[in-house]
Amino acid sequence: MLPTPSTSHVSFDNVYEPAEDSYLVLDTLSSASETAFLSQRFPVHAPAPLALEIGTGSGVVLAFISAHARKLFGHTNVITLGTDVNGFACRAARETVQVACKEHKAEAGIFTDVVAGDLASPLRARKVDVLVFNPPYVPTEELPALPDDLVVPGREFERDSYLLSLSYAGGEDGMETTKRLLDSLGDILSERGVAYVLLCARNRPDEVAAGLRDAGWDVEVCGRSGKVGGWEKLVVLRIWRD
Amino acid sequence: MKLLTLNFLTCARKACKPLPTSFPLHPADATLATTETAFSPAFLRNILPRLDWPALKGLCDELGLPGVGDEAPGPEALFEDGELPESDEDIVGEIEAGKRPTKLAHDLHQLLVETVMLEGKLVCASCGHEYAVKEGIANFLLPSHLV
Ligand SMILES: [Zn+2]
Repeated sequence: MLPTPSTSHVSFDNVYEPAEDSYLVLDTLSSASETAFLSQRFPVHAPAPLALEIGTGSGVVLAFISAHARKLFGHTNVITLGTDVNGFACRAARETVQVACKEHKAEAGIFTDVVAGDLASPLRARKVDVLVFNPPYVPTEELPALPDDLVVPGREFERDSYLLSLSYAGGEDGMETTKRLLDSLGDILSERGVAYVLLCARNRPDEVAAGLRDAGWDVEVCGRSGKVGGWEKLVVLRIWRD
Repeated sequence: MKLLTLNFLTCARKACKPLPTSFPLHPADATLATTETAFSPAFLRNILPRLDWPALKGLCDELGLPGVGDEAPGPEALFEDGELPESDEDIVGEIEAGKRPTKLAHDLHQLLVETVMLEGKLVCASCGHEYAVKEGIANFLLPSHLV
């Protein structure tokens, strides 16, 4: 087991606290099947792969990918980047990743930045080689509107609960944000690109996977955790093209 | 925000994405700083083929940084024969025995990985939108009518 990056400096009043879903992503990425997949797809002398995490929250996942690049890819010639719509999360994640990379200097890839933005909107088309997304997947009656600036108006309590809602509220079927991401996957991923996307049972992962296959993607369930009435509570899909 | 990051960023507006002028973004009123970062010549070798060299050269000009030359160097320009000097003993990543990183490798590391933009703006040449950079965090959030 690789050590989990520390998030002790993060205020969880307005930044999503690492939970079962975050840990499932860590376990999945460091599993034997995924380290083999990543090492084979991005060999040591290939152009450096760009790994993007969308919605970093505290940064625990991006820090894990960055600090343990050698374990995941077999080498450290990896560039990492994150986005989040919550400015507090951007700052917190940057620190989480920097601390973890310093601690594992010989194992770490090159972490660049966490930028504030919606999904992969600040990125040039088809540059991302490894995309990781633990989305807001909880079905909610309404999807909260995205902030249009880093400064969110309102009293502190309302502001914080709004910022937290962005990390979990997924609208209809919990899929509104995830669907938006999956629909634009072809414009985000490079030709050798692969995406890891977490879903919960209420997102109907089988239907999502079938839809992706219809759109020409290869899809595999590469991580699962918890069972509710015989169904996996959370799954991670690996989505790629051969 | 590292200068290397700019190699991968563009205007966040959908309408700008397909336009060639939306990349690179142009810095304005930039405050730069240096952050010491582990030196990995192997990483530089692998990132070279991914750099948009004319964009990097333009960025250096606009920021008033020492130029990087007109032509993108090949990977061989990053290494030379010789013993690894003591100052390079803490490099990370693999390096061939009997090779050491060149001055160009050090310069590129300093430029791409260690130079950061703390404050300033990034301007899209296509729509003119200015993305603010504050405390090193670039803000690409857009008001809904601009998305
Ligand atoms: Zn623009």
